[in-house]
Parts: sequence; structure tokens; C-alpha cells
Amino acid sequence: MPATLRKLAQRLGMMAHSFPGGVHPEQHKVSGAAAIEVNELAPVHILPMKQHIGEACSSLVSIGEHVLRGQKIAKSEGYVSVPIHAPTSGRVVKIEAHPIAHPSGMGMPSIFIESDGDDAVDQTLEPISDWQNSDPAMLRERARMCGLAGLGGAVFPTFIKLVRDQRFPIETVILNGIECEPWLTSDHRLMTEFASEILTGMRMIKHMVGATAGLIAIEDNKPEAVAAMREAVSATDDLNDVRVVELPTRYPQGSEKQLIYTLTGREVPAGKLPMHVGIICQNVGTTKALYDAIALGKPLTERVVTVSGDALPRPANLMARIGTPARLLFARQGLEDFSGLQIVHGGPMMGERLKGPDIPVVKSTNGLLALSASAMAAAHTVEQPCIRCGHCSEACPISLVPNLLADQCRADQFDKAADYQLFDCIECGCCSYVCPSNIPLVHYFRYGKGQIALMRREQAFAEASRRRSESRDARIAREKAEKAARRSRVRKTHAPKTDAPAPAAAGNDSAADTKTEEDR
Amino acid sequence: MTGLLYALASLGAFALLAGLILAIAQKAFHVEGDPMVDKIDALLPQTQCGQCGYPGCKPYATAVAGGEAEVNHCVPGGERTMLQIADLMGVEPKAVEEEAAAPRLAFVREDECIGCTLCIKACPVDAIIGAPKQYHTVIADHCTGCELCVEPCPVDCIDMLTKPELLEHWSWPLPDTKRSQIAHERREQHAGHA
Ligand code: SF4
Ligand code: SF4
Ligand code: SF4
Ligand code: SF4
Repeated sequence: MPATLRKLAQRLGMMAHSFPGGVHPEQHKVSGAAAIEVNELAPVHILPMKQHIGEACSSLVSIGEHVLRGQKIAKSEGYVSVPIHAPTSGRVVKIEAHPIAHPSGMGMPSIFIESDGDDAVDQTLEPISDWQNSDPAMLRERARMCGLAGLGGAVFPTFIKLVRDQRFPIETVILNGIECEPWLTSDHRLMTEFASEILTGMRMIKHMVGATAGLIAIEDNKPEAVAAMREAVSATDDLNDVRVVELPTRYPQGSEKQLIYTLTGREVPAGKLPMHVGIICQNVGTTKALYDAIALGKPLTERVVTVSGDALPRPANLMARIGTPARLLFARQGLEDFSGLQIVHGGPMMGERLKGPDIPVVKSTNGLLALSASAMAAAHTVEQPCIRCGHCSEACPISLVPNLLADQCRADQFDKAADYQLFDCIECGCCSYVCPSNIPLVHYFRYGKGQIALMRREQAFAEASRRRSESRDARIAREKAEKAARRSRVRKTHAPKTDAPAPAAAGNDSAADTKTEEDR
Repeated sequence: MTGLLYALASLGAFALLAGLILAIAQKAFHVEGDPMVDKIDALLPQTQCGQCGYPGCKPYATAVAGGEAEVNHCVPGGERTMLQIADLMGVEPKAVEEEAAAPRLAFVREDECIGCTLCIKACPVDAIIGAPKQYHTVIADHCTGCELCVEPCPVDCIDMLTKPELLEHWSWPLPDTKRSQIAHERREQHAGHA
């Protein structure tokens, strides 16, 4: 729906809420009808030590060790972190850096597991069939132990959201089945084929956070998914307050804050979480993984990956083990020669453009695309001057003024850019998508954000160094004063008798010295 | 005539009143120390390395604020710090003479350390820990890379290593387009000559 029409509809009260802006990129959902196929085990699985937002993990295994599927091989460090599990049984062959889906092209320490072909499973985690009567805190711990992180692409550790906090009671659970990125269909297939598991997962979330209502949001380009979820809801008795909502297709509707606003009219303020407005939002893939973790006792070791793109002979949705090399998935679907192609991890709007297919599937891999140069519009190399058409502002879902922000970032006026809310930008790419002058607006914003973060880090370090140096100066001055005071005391007590310091006083002195050494 | 007198009297009274208010304000809002020194100090990298020719950042800030030192002597700060100070002081920028080295980090080869504590005494930010006759070690997160600990070590067991590049600290470069390059070059020229 064009922006003007939508605004009119809103004004007339025909549509309750609707986030501003957004775009309608071509859908390309060519793999929408392809049922999920199970991908074969790879000879070697590669597991980067950080697959979520937060702290990296540290390895628990040594080279040569035999591991079972689902065995914890890396433990979380810090609170915002989840462990990593072996995707199949086999032997740890090496632990070294391997490329990951990151714009820097830098590698990350990874555990390499050579499959033994048995796929033997570690059975230590019991299924929890009676979850309805289980302690929410215990279920939350299960979600953490099983390594769950948001599978929609943001990979925020799931257990952190699954909390009951007296100050912020949760009313509504929202399941995000929007999948607004072009090409991707993994959530679409998951909802169509695993509707009842997803629904049970949602009931688990409701139980864990104490919510009463539930909404399942799906865009209207996935009618099978809507039908499957509706059927699952009506087949379950105790679900009066759960609704499937079909929304008109628009990018970036699947972005958490935009979706919450569209569904409830509640705005999540900058720097706050959905729970602060009484809402928890989970991706449908994550919800299915939560079901597996609780009801089946299965840690996160596989996910659905859409393998697609105009350069791929047979687009598909594959249930792939975490750690499977992307090259194998492409090869399975008939693509082996990557010359002249752009490989993308995730969707084309927000995903990472890769230098090649040598990365493993990780928890955030919702799609792997092979696009030909024409599909990628290599136009970004011929950036033209801004013609002040205002399309970018109209398309921005956060109501920023992208052309102004880009000017500021280009000229290194970072203070100004921050004042104009650069950090509210969700890097959705709508502005770059509509810009007739081919200005790589989002790229400028990423540059600006990176530079600001760098400056803040340097400033914080300088501030800490200054504090350390000041406290050192203060300590030295204090020690000097103490020594002087001691000396004058010694002189006073001994002045009438002799000039030499008394042995007792000297002893005291050296004791004090050792103490200051220890103080350091 | 009386009109003129009235005008003079009322203006005079107003001037007196305003003067009084200013005098009180000066007493009430008096700031200890020189705020300029602190402002400049806040822009400096706090490495305390002494490459500026002063014993630390604060002394250099004091010298700059007092007009005794130029704005371009802080080596680790580089061009950006120079420009910021020049901007703050309202003076002409001056080209930085020495390139800053890549960020570095001290490392004590522990099996060679004799525990003499001399490096602890040299480190301006307390980034080294250790007790007498025990081996010492550098707290990597606190070390500013100033190299002041290297010289005093009698057995030469301190190395300066390049700081490892972290994936989390990687940041996006400017887009590789003609316009962004032109804008950048123009900015650099500006900084160079002005
Ligand atoms: S990338 Fe940022 S500025 Fe551009 S449309 Fe999206 S939110 Fe707005
Ligand atoms: S869409 Fe492009 S050309 Fe139009 S105002 Fe925005 S930046 Fe300028
Ligand atoms: S050169 Fe810079 S960092 Fe080093 S002491 Fe002087 S002002 Fe501080
Ligand atoms: S450890 Fe050495 S290099 Fe690091 S801050 Fe201290 S004196 Fe400087």
C-alpha cells in the first residue's frame, strides 16, 4: 500500500496502527513451496566460538577428543552468552581460526569436528513432558543450557527474554513469522510443517513469562503458513486468547519494534526492550527450538536454512546441522562454480555480503543466497549527488532523515549525526533501496556508528587511565607524607639521646614498605 | 531638562544594579582551578608517556592552556587530538610532526623476570602487578603502551607487542565511492593547511 494511502487509511481509522515508511522489494520467494529436506551429514563440521550476540564461548574439548551429538563443546562466558553443542558425533580434529559471516572477513577461533557417521546422541538431557507444572526458572535454565539464541537472525540469547520480572509483567507473547526479507522462506516452511510444535512452544513461553495473550504474526504472502497455524490454534482447546494475525506484506515489518507497534500500538522507546512495554517477541524458529529443548531434551544443533538465489539451479529449504560448510549446501543444490557471483549470508536487505562460500552454517544462518551481478545492482559504485527528493525519509521506518545523516557521516561530523539519532537507525536498508542517486546510505551509517563507537572506547580508556594515574600520584604523595611524618616522629623521640634511628623504628619502616608493595 | 536627569538617574541606577548582580554571580559561581586545563586534559589520550616533552598529560595541558606549548606535541593523540585542542583554544591548527605508532602493549617474559619492582615504579597507570622477588605481569586491559617500563628493566625482559586486532572492534570503512573519497580528501586538505 503506498504511503499516502496508508496514511489516509490510518487517519480514517481503518487501520489501527502502522509503522511509518517501509518498502516493497521484489519477493523472490521461489523456495516457498519446497518442503524442508534433511541435509546429509558433512564430513567436517566447523563451529565458531561465538554464534550469538554477546560474549564469546570458551572451548571445553581438546583435540582428538570424541564427542556425541548434543554434547556441550564450548561454554558460555558471562551473562549474555549461550553454550555451543556438537552437531553430530565424531572427533575434534583441530581448533583454529576460520572465516565467518562477518563484513571484516576476519576469522574466528572454531572447533572442527570430523563426523564418525554414527550420529550418536548424548542423552543426558531428559525431556520435560510436564512443563505446564514445571518451575519457569528451571525451564529458562533449560533454554540457556540448550544454547538457544534468536534464530531470526539477531541471535540474542533467548533465555534472557524468558524472564518473569515483577516490575515488568508480560501480557502478550508475539510470535514473529513475518519473514519480510526477499528470498527467505525458512520460517514459512517451518510454520507450514511444524505448526503444532511451534504452538506448543508458544504455550511454553506463555507459561514461562506468565503472559495471558498470544499473537502469531504472519505476512499475507504465506497463506499456507497462516492456514496451518490457524488450524493448529483451533485444534488446541485452552487457547482462547491466541490469535493468528495476517499482515499486509511490507519490509521491514519483521523488525521487532516495528512489528510490536503494528500489532499493539505500543512503542518501545530507544534503548528499552519489549519487556518494558509488557511484550515478549520470539521468532517462530526459536520457538520451535524451544519446544525441542524442553519437550525433547534436544540442544540446538540444527536449523532450517533457505538456500536460494537467481544463480542457484535448485532453490531449497534444508534442515542443516550447525557447522555445515555453506559450500556443501550450494553444491547439493547444483552450484559449484562461484565466479562472478555474490554470496549473501541472510537476506539481501540486511544480510552480509561474503567474499566466498567458505563459511559454516551458524545459529543466525536463515538463508544462503547466490546472486548474479545483475540481481545485486552493482550500481553502488556510481554514487551520484543527492537530489533532495526525500524518498529516503519517506521510506525510513524510524522517521530519520537519511540524506542529512549521510552528509554528516561523510564529513565526519559525528556529534551532529548522533544528535540526529544516528543510533536509532536499524540498518534496514530501506533508504539505500529507494535512493535514485544510488547513495549507499546504510554503509555511511555503519561507518559513522563504527567511528563513534571507536571514539567512545578511546575516551573511556583515556578516562580510566587518567583515574589510574591520578590515584597513583595520590598514593605516592600519601606515602611520602607518611614517611616524612614518621621521620619527624623518630627525630623527636630520639633527638635528646642520639642521631641514629632506633632499631624498632627501622623495623616499623620496612614493615610499612612491604605493605605498600602488597598494596600495589 | 528634568527628563534628561531622570533618564540619567534611572540608567545609572540600572547600571549599578547590573554591576552588583555580576559581582555576586562571580562570587557564587567561582570555579576553582583553570577550567581550560581540565578541558584540554579531557582531550588528551592519557597515555602519560611524556613524548610531548612534559612529564604527563596534565602538565602538557597546563602548558598549552598557559600558552607555553604548541597544540601539536601529543604524539599518541595524533592529528585528531591536535585539531580538537586547536578548536577548543581557538588557535590555528599546526601540523603534527611525529606519526603515532600502532597501538602497542607491554609483555613481561615471566621466566626471565627477577621481581625487582622497577617496572612497577615506572608505570604511570599502575598496569603492572607483582610482589618483590616474584615475577611481574602486565594487565593487558590497563596498559597504554607508553613504553616507560621497558628502559628501567635491568634484565630486559619486557617486550612491546602490537595490540591484537579484535573482531568486535572492527569497524566499517567509508564506502568505496568516488564521492566519499572526494569528500574525504577535501577534509584532509582542509586539516592540513588550515
Ligand atoms: S537504514 Fe536506517 S536510516 Fe535507512 S531507512 Fe533503515 S532505519 Fe532509516
Ligand atoms: S533518496 Fe537519495 S537522492 Fe533522495 S533525498 Fe534521499 S539521499 Fe537524496
Ligand atoms: S604525548 Fe600525549 S599522551 Fe603522552 S604524556 Fe604528552 S599529552 Fe599525554
Ligand atoms: S605496562 Fe609499561 S607500557 Fe604499559 S602502561 Fe605501564 S609503563 Fe606503559
